[in-house]
This record gives sequence, structure tokens and C-alpha cells, in this order.
Amino acid sequence: MKELWNIYKKGIIDENPIFVLALSLCPALAVTSTALNAMTMGLTVLFVITANNTVVSITRKVVNPKVRVPVYITSIATIVTLVQLLLQAYAPTLYKALGIYLALVVVFAIILARAEVFAAKNKVIPSFFDGLGMGSGFLVAMLSIGIIRELFGMGSIFGIKVLGAWYNPALIMILPAGGFILIGYMVGGVKVWNAYREKVRVKRGEA
Amino acid sequence: MEYFTLFISAVVVNNFVLTRFLGLCIFFGVSKNLNASVGMGMAVTSVMTLSSMLAWLVYHFILAPFGLTFLTTVVFVLLIASFVQLLEIIIKKQAPALYNMWGIYLLLIATNCIVLSVPLLNAESNYNFLKSIVFAIGSGAGFALAIILMASLREKLRLADVPKPLEGLGIAFILAGMLALSFLGFSGMIAL
Repeated sequence: MKELWNIYKKGIIDENPIFVLALSLCPALAVTSTALNAMTMGLTVLFVITANNTVVSITRKVVNPKVRVPVYITSIATIVTLVQLLLQAYAPTLYKALGIYLALVVVFAIILARAEVFAAKNKVIPSFFDGLGMGSGFLVAMLSIGIIRELFGMGSIFGIKVLGAWYNPALIMILPAGGFILIGYMVGGVKVWNAYREKVRVKRGEA
Repeated sequence: MEYFTLFISAVVVNNFVLTRFLGLCIFFGVSKNLNASVGMGMAVTSVMTLSSMLAWLVYHFILAPFGLTFLTTVVFVLLIASFVQLLEIIIKKQAPALYNMWGIYLLLIATNCIVLSVPLLNAESNYNFLKSIVFAIGSGAGFALAIILMASLREKLRLADVPKPLEGLGIAFILAGMLALSFLGFSGMIAL
């Protein structure tokens, strides 16, 4: 049990896909101008990565290593198409807002990387938790970026006005430029925080 | 005129990297070096043009007539990945010098969002064959412009005194933000 928890946890903090591994950056910027879009994208990726990890792990003994990459891509593309059709049917406005980025989930480096690095070598249950952890890390990062951008750019969170009429929205935050600059500072912030944790660990004599 | 507008809009107004956030992985990964950026820009432009031609043919002669458009994503991904592999084999055999220059980028492009997005956008906007080609070349040129500008800036940055936590990726993002800000000046130039 403890082992599974550790597999889950590492995706959220130590190997956070966006802030630490710097993979799959396109969506982190493109769809985070509002918190709702960011959350939908995060949940989509969480689902796709978990499902794909499970599929890859189940079929790992059948798939010839020589053709593994095309097989993974087909599996990811199928799952993504599934999500696309579901969203199109039940949440057309969200589907429209995410637009082309939804289809582009297929080529997210993080999904292929987890299949290759983890799921292809491990049993089904750990692979499932690895996908869940990486997906959660992605979701957390997307949500935090989305909330900050929406708060400063429009004065609201999830479409609900938080800051009063006195607040003059900084339009730059929902524009592409603001997204780039914010992520730049956030990457720096995560680096400082990780360095601090490392220092504390050394002080305690754990390292 | 229509084609010219489309081209300009793809290069600067809707620049793929700076306003649509596509191809960021290679954008940040390769822009450390100016020569590599030039190579990458050219490789992306040519692969994008060829693959969107191919994708257009497949979409309009196979997927659309048989009502299989829901398979677009799956088909395009596999089409482009296998096309790039094929291209790599051909170039390796026919033009080894070119392969030595570009070979490494081809592998990086095989499953990349920027190359996949152009055929998808073409299919979505229902462009005709010529328009898709113009759009693909324009998008590629826009990517090349952005990555070459970025690489030149980052080479200058090497001599700058950057705060320690922002070194590397952090400052690169902020720099891209400044670039995006300046590209904002082009928006509104063409109404689409």
C-alpha cells in the first residue's frame, strides 16, 4: 500500500510533469486562460494517461518491442477520440473552448513517456497508480495556473466574481504573453521551493 | 490576395508558437543554439508542408467520402508518424549530407503538436488544396521566425546576469512572454 502511495505521490511533487519535467507545455499555456478550461484539460489528461498506462501494462507481454511506439500512439489516439466524442456530445461549449488542443492530447510527450518509462515495465496496478499520480500532478499544475490567470485577468475564479468592482483586470494575464511570463516565474518558484526542501533534508542529515 | 492574407496571418498575426502555443517543447528545447534553430525551422516547415498535403488527400478522398471523419485524429497521427519515418529512410539513403544536418530533428518532429495541428486546422477550416499548402508554409515560416528570434536572444542572454532560480527554463519563458507581447502588435492588422 505504502509503495502505491509513493508511486502516486511522486507525480504530484517531485516529478511534476509541467514544473519539473517541463513536458507538455503547450496545453499548460493554451487552455489555462480560465480555471474551468484548465480543469477540463487537466481531467482529460488524467483520464487518458491512466487509461493508457493500464492498457499498455496489460498488453506489455503481447506487444513486440520493435513496434511498441506505434502501438502506444494508436492506443492513446483511440482513448483521446473517445474523450473527444464524449465531450462533444455532453459538453459542447467546453469542447469548443478546448478546440484543437483536445485532439493534440495525442502527442503530449508526458503520456508517451509514462507508457515507455513506467507502464511497459510494470504490473497493471502500479502502472494505474503511476498514471493517476502523473495525471494529478498535471491537473494540479493546470489548475493553479488557470486560477491565477483568471483571478488577475478577469477578477473571477470559475466564472464567479471574487474581486470587487474596484479591481481593474490586468488583461495581459489572459493574453498569451501573460501566460508565458507567469509560467516563467512559477518554474523559478518551484525551483526555489525544491532547493529549500533539499536544504532542510541535508540539515536533518537525511540526504 | 486572399492567399497572401492567409500567409501573413499564419506567419505573424496567429504565430503558431507565440499566440497559439504549439510546438513549445521543441521551441524551448532547441532554441539554445542558433544553428540548430535554423535547421529545425527548415525541417519543420518542409515536413509540415508535405504532411499537410498528404493529410489533405487522405481527408478529402478517404475520410470524408466514407463518413469516417471521427477517425481524423487517429489517422492523422499515424499518417504523419509513418510519413516522417519514411522521409527519414529516404533522406538517409539518397542524401546522407542532408541527413547528417537534419536527421536528428526529423525524429523529434515525428509526434509533435505543431506538425499534427496544421492538417487538423486545415480539415477543420475546410481549406482547399492550395490554401492548405499556403497555410502550412506560412505556419512553418512563422515557427522558423519565432525560433530563430528566440535563439538569437538566448545567445545574448548567456552574457547576462540572471537571478539564480530563473536560470534556464524560467528566463526562457519570460523572454518568450516578451516576444509574444511584441507580436501582439500585429494583432488586428488582418481581420479574419
